[in-house]
Amino acid sequence: MTAETIAGAVGRSAVFRTCAYTGLKVDAAAQALIKANAVAAVVFLAIGGFMGLLVALTRWPAVHLLPAEWFYLVLTGHGTNVLLFWIIFFEIAVLYFASAILLNSRLAAPKFAWLGFVLMVVGAALANVTVLQGDSSVMFTSYPPMQAKPNFYLALILFAVGALIGCAVFFATLVIAREEGTYQGSIPLVTFGALTAAIIAVFTIASGAIILIPTWLWSLGLISNIDPLMYKVVWWGMGHSSQQINVSAHVAIWYMIGALVVGAKPLSEKVSRTAFLMYILFLQLASAHHLLAEPGLDASWKIVNTSYMMYLAVMGSMIHGLTVPGSIEAAQRRNGYDRGVFEWLRKAPWGNPAFSGMFLSLVFFGFIGGISGVVLGTEQLNVLMHNTIYVPGHFHGTVVAGTTLAFMAATYLVLPLIFQREIMWPGLAKWQPYLFGIGVAGIALFMMGAGILGVPRRHWDITFSDAEPSFAYSAGAFLMMGLNGLFAILAAIGGAIYVLVVVGTVLFGERITGGHRLTFPLHQGGGNAVSHYGSYGTIKLPGTIILVAIFFVSFVLYYFINWKYLSELWLFR
Amino acid sequence: MSVSPPEQRIWWNEPIEKVELVWIVVAFLWGVFMFGFMIAWHFIGGQNLNKEAYRIAPSNYELKVENFARMYKVREEKGIPVVKPPGGADVYLLGRLWQWWPMLELEKGVSYRIHLSSIDLQHGFSLQPVGINIQVHPGYEHVVTLTPTESGEFGIVCNEFCGIGHHMMTGRIYVTDRKQAASDQFFAEGR
Repeated sequence: MTAETIAGAVGRSAVFRTCAYTGLKVDAAAQALIKANAVAAVVFLAIGGFMGLLVALTRWPAVHLLPAEWFYLVLTGHGTNVLLFWIIFFEIAVLYFASAILLNSRLAAPKFAWLGFVLMVVGAALANVTVLQGDSSVMFTSYPPMQAKPNFYLALILFAVGALIGCAVFFATLVIAREEGTYQGSIPLVTFGALTAAIIAVFTIASGAIILIPTWLWSLGLISNIDPLMYKVVWWGMGHSSQQINVSAHVAIWYMIGALVVGAKPLSEKVSRTAFLMYILFLQLASAHHLLAEPGLDASWKIVNTSYMMYLAVMGSMIHGLTVPGSIEAAQRRNGYDRGVFEWLRKAPWGNPAFSGMFLSLVFFGFIGGISGVVLGTEQLNVLMHNTIYVPGHFHGTVVAGTTLAFMAATYLVLPLIFQREIMWPGLAKWQPYLFGIGVAGIALFMMGAGILGVPRRHWDITFSDAEPSFAYSAGAFLMMGLNGLFAILAAIGGAIYVLVVVGTVLFGERITGGHRLTFPLHQGGGNAVSHYGSYGTIKLPGTIILVAIFFVSFVLYYFINWKYLSELWLFR
Repeated sequence: MSVSPPEQRIWWNEPIEKVELVWIVVAFLWGVFMFGFMIAWHFIGGQNLNKEAYRIAPSNYELKVENFARMYKVREEKGIPVVKPPGGADVYLLGRLWQWWPMLELEKGVSYRIHLSSIDLQHGFSLQPVGINIQVHPGYEHVVTLTPTESGEFGIVCNEFCGIGHHMMTGRIYVTDRKQAASDQFFAEGR
């Protein structure tokens, strides 16, 4: 059986061009789909990002911008637009790139892929309309018994079906590429990472369907009751697993940018691929993180699940945390930056936004998002921070400073290579990852700080001016929320520059026709010249070892600081 | 490169770089330690969340809380009863739109069985500035044995979004020193 029969489409003769920079064959249908998905992603990032700024300005006590009703509405829209729509549209683009383009193959069933795209656009638009109509301010998590309008759930279901079609097209393309022999040996590491993301996506979307379809029927009045605890168990099978799609996708992008910009090659294919495999096997268990403060769940169940079966998926991320910078160090030393411990890093292409965005993403994801995630997901420690603003602090470290920044960095490669346009305003583009990255890192850290001081998430007024009895947070908590607002403005400026550069480039950027030198050049020789240096026994990575050691010491210290905090709480059992 | 097929077709036989191997072992052992530490805290630590919970109809829970408040009420603050249960007693706290009800007065160093439930939406029990945060569901009665280790006035904030009045949902717990409580009682009886 061929992939065509699986996908239910007819074989087609694809139109290819050859990329002047990488030597890859680019299928015109895949290229058009990548463009469409990337553009949709940026549109929803712009909407959701603007909503995020409004949220941050409202939570800044001195500004307190929006009235309560609008605040909760905009917060629902913010989560849905950026966490779902921006990221998943971009991920579909990544899937098509990592399959059709990297494997020199034609894309399977492009019409089917367009159907998926249309469903996703309809779902995303419907969700926005429904949220803006009011009466659906149930937050991204939509915990029952709180109920949104039926169209809210329907919109998410349509979007998910569209995304599932995108995954199917990706799998079918892998099959076609293998059958038609468009590459030799195994799929590249980046495609392997994308495959990891797609496999987790299928699990994620299945969990979403299992819970959102009944919830939709409940909102229509066809089902009388949705158990709130059952809902959470299944919903987080989608809610957290979708973050594992993001992790797999952005780690794949780290490797991709390392390869294209400095010519990095994995230190060991075996190690990097096994680390991805750990995600498939163990990351979903982490969904239990969200249930640590719920009634009725047994400690042994919590421990096994929240530790992803002994932190084997954390180990996967820690491995990438060594192999990504390690492969860059190895490549840079081959490129001639071999002096001292850190010349490779100092002389890295920091002026290229693809590289700077990728490296900041790597550092912030590890230090801010990763460490706080493990602490937050520890059975007992969770009680310190559950539902405080520490939680959004953590996931702005993972999904914004990590995933979003990595996707932004990748865009600076997608624009010249897929849209074939020279990047507009390179001076602005050069600074964009720093502005956005530092802004988001600040948001994450100050929200975590406020959370430790007890500030709740999703809360309009921490002064409790209308509340009886009243309660007063410490001055430190207000300071943290103010700083969060300031850094949110910085991040919003970075985000706005990103949208501006992308829109400007797509519409008015100089067309790239010949193989002239790009403003932000790729590694010389593109595909082949650098793939031949050896690995085993020839590599010295003193810089990476120091970086990783700093990470590990920070991790251990922060872990025990939190146990110290916990031990000072009132006793409970 | 990472974007092209592995150079060696049989890449799974390539030896692993030593630095990678060391890091994998470190990461694995750290994971095993963290796994073990959660288990250990159940034996060495004083903060572990109980799984004791019962299904209950919200209206029944409301009745229980009202009975409890009537039985041990000591005073009222702005229309909200302040309830002082004896040590070791079952204490019922209700989350509803938009209030934690009633206010409690506990003694430092004494254990209480605190029952938590909601009669409408989900709420978040957030004891501040202590920093104990527990999810509260309608239909589930969660029992936590709590022992205050400091005295003073504490707030309960709601940290699960529960609608337009979410930010007005608060409650209060007073914790008195046991000596103080004993002398209060002495003077009360002497009068």
